[in-house]
Amino acid sequence: MNMQTFTAAHRLGLAEPDLRAVDADPLGWVLAQLDTPDLLDSGGMLGSAQAMRQTRQVLQAARTQDADAAQARRQLRQASLSALTRRWTHQAQTRTPVYERYVMVWANHFTVAATKGTTQALVLPFELEAIRPHALGRFQDLLRAVVTHPAMLLYLDNAQSIGPHSRAGLRRSKGLNENLARELLELHTLGVGAGYTQADVSALAALLTGWTVARDGDGNTQFVAAMHEPGDKWVLGQRYAEGPQALDAVLAALVRHPATAQHVATRLVRDWVDPTAPAHLVQPVARAFQDTGGDLRATAHALITQALSGQALAPRARRPEELLLAWHRVSGVPVRDSGASVAALTAMGQPWGRTPSPAGWPFGNDDWLGPDALLKRAQWAHETGRRFGATVDARALAQAAWGQALHPGTARELNRAESPAQALALLLASPEFTWC
Amino acid sequence: MSVHNFETHSVPPSTGLSRRQMLALAAATVCQAPMRLAWAKAKQPWGKCVVVMLRGGMDGLAAVPALGDPAWSALREEATPDTPALQLDEHFSLHPSLAHLHEAHHRGELLTVHAVASAYRERSHFDAQNLIETGGLAPYALDTGWLGRALALGSGQALAVVSGLPLALRGSSRASTLTPSRTAQADDTFFERLQSMYASDPVLAARLQQGLQARNSMGMAMPADAVNLRSFETLCAQAAAALNAAADVAWLELDGWDTHGNQAARLARQFQLLDSGLARLRQDMAPRWRETTILVMTEFGRTAHYNGTNGTDHGTAGVAWVLGGSVRGGRVLTDWPGLAPADLLQGRDLRPTLDLRALWQPLLTRHLGLGQAELAQVLPGTLPPASDMWV
Repeated sequence: MNMQTFTAAHRLGLAEPDLRAVDADPLGWVLAQLDTPDLLDSGGMLGSAQAMRQTRQVLQAARTQDADAAQARRQLRQASLSALTRRWTHQAQTRTPVYERYVMVWANHFTVAATKGTTQALVLPFELEAIRPHALGRFQDLLRAVVTHPAMLLYLDNAQSIGPHSRAGLRRSKGLNENLARELLELHTLGVGAGYTQADVSALAALLTGWTVARDGDGNTQFVAAMHEPGDKWVLGQRYAEGPQALDAVLAALVRHPATAQHVATRLVRDWVDPTAPAHLVQPVARAFQDTGGDLRATAHALITQALSGQALAPRARRPEELLLAWHRVSGVPVRDSGASVAALTAMGQPWGRTPSPAGWPFGNDDWLGPDALLKRAQWAHETGRRFGATVDARALAQAAWGQALHPGTARELNRAESPAQALALLLASPEFTWC
Repeated sequence: MSVHNFETHSVPPSTGLSRRQMLALAAATVCQAPMRLAWAKAKQPWGKCVVVMLRGGMDGLAAVPALGDPAWSALREEATPDTPALQLDEHFSLHPSLAHLHEAHHRGELLTVHAVASAYRERSHFDAQNLIETGGLAPYALDTGWLGRALALGSGQALAVVSGLPLALRGSSRASTLTPSRTAQADDTFFERLQSMYASDPVLAARLQQGLQARNSMGMAMPADAVNLRSFETLCAQAAAALNAAADVAWLELDGWDTHGNQAARLARQFQLLDSGLARLRQDMAPRWRETTILVMTEFGRTAHYNGTNGTDHGTAGVAWVLGGSVRGGRVLTDWPGLAPADLLQGRDLRPTLDLRALWQPLLTRHLGLGQAELAQVLPGTLPPASDMWV
């Protein structure tokens, strides 16, 4: 078994229970997943309309100190956890884990977090509605879906941004909020240092005014002309007339900007394949992005081909969520108590849906493998071993999922374990599970 | 590599401009701990040092309103809340939620520093945080932290009460992380086997070793009154427990300061969290309070004006605090630039007149025993004069 098999299964995918399926043709195995991805059936999962209705009830109940406040909160949490269970189950069982990883990478690129009252139940609906439909499509369509989704408009405060000279602005002397404009340039497209100025940020913020979220009903996205800043805006040297059509125009310009290809490629590489983002990985990806005008399938294709070309990749630590998914995929144990899993992820340093900033989950191995984080992983491994040691044969699992790539040290300790529970715990805390 | 606009600060306070009011002088000479003899000897840490990192850009003007500034009410009219601010002096007050800090001020233990900023002049969280953690000359110029590099020169141990090692502490193998956890501890046999399994993986072996050492030497018992395992106050108690055991430096974080909208209520809660955490630290460090120093800092302040959504956007200068049993407190250290439109940086932000590094140097000198040569190693560039912080 060669390195490519291992990279395909563990780094490009989410871990495989049996490497023999991959070994025949690792590159083919990966690329085929982009051609016919196994799509998540989201029927019955909490959508943003329902989430926002319930969130509004929860916030209202909290404000009025309603007796039903706890109940409303519980119901919303249940609906969210149930949706998460569906999503994790899909990811644990899917035959196209590479596609799922790509979805996760885009969801991280366009982070929204549950850290605001209004967005507390919107992280997964956002992924379902804005990310998944476009993950293998065009970057421009993905960008537009993301920027106009209620979750993003709320998370980055655009929903309450008002043009100072708009009808609403003049009436209420309220004004611009630059958060979305700033992150759109800094995180989503051009990246820091690409040459945009504070004036560009402010102009873009003005251009984005009017894009807001309805306060009642389904909480849909609306363009409210009364909130939109009148007049032309100049962003990165281009003029945009007032009105909602300016959004598509400016997004098109941002996608075309050469810095975007570079920035997006760098983030993709760092998040998915190699945290050090070496030029030999980034450049082909940036080129593919630029040459195809942001075709995300072609972009992924370029990255995958380079990643499996045989050049060494820097080590990459599995994030806690990836660790959890690897465990479920390799063992076949079904995803059940998502509440407990979320608590475990939090203990390991990845509170689900609560990224610390719009920049998303950090890319560096050191961010995930602090001495204490390792202890927390060891504890999770220990508990999981206790629960499932009787039904899961760690040694067989290790052999099938890692084959010859299994370190002698791991194999030795698994064999010497004093109980099946301990063997499983050791496997889950092993270098094989920790790194991908 | 992109070019970032920044200015290096040299601080001699200017006189003669009628607007500027010097309320306390930054010392013109560097404050130095007694010189260590043999440079080959590892520096011994002294006392206990805590750094509290406020992520998100704390609004310094909300934290320490400049009520005595003639431009104040035009700028922050709603900042006179129902509860009155807590007066520090005739120019500055504290937000009403900072009651314990106010008491510390009256005891002479709190030094409030205003119009202070790092050398960073743009407004990106990530860049600004990177700069104040790395202590470099530009964001991303260094990938180790100033505290990490300082620790690497000596024998002090640091504990960060966060999950992943913060950038500020990278560069030293003497820093560990610790988070309170609900799960029961795995037993020692398991960890022994784990260590054996990690023998061929130097990174995991080292980190596990550190984790276990921290666990054993710094005490893992949760404070008996831990109500919310993740509350800031509980984290402060955890830090104090570690400092009272084997740690010399503790690092704490409190997020939630990026108040772009509807900030009044949110900040009131944030300040309360901060205040009770700091009070808990002081309480738990009481026997050693005279040798303890706490630095509270944030990556930048916020706009002088409110924005269109009753919040503030990213700004420049803000507030830092230093508190401790030997801190020469009871005053506000600032070279106040004023809040009139012409005084604001780019017409929007409080103008910085003091460099944050002026506060780091005395900490490193006093608590980690760094001399001038070591300081130059740890903090590149021309350093501002160290602030005179001690009794």
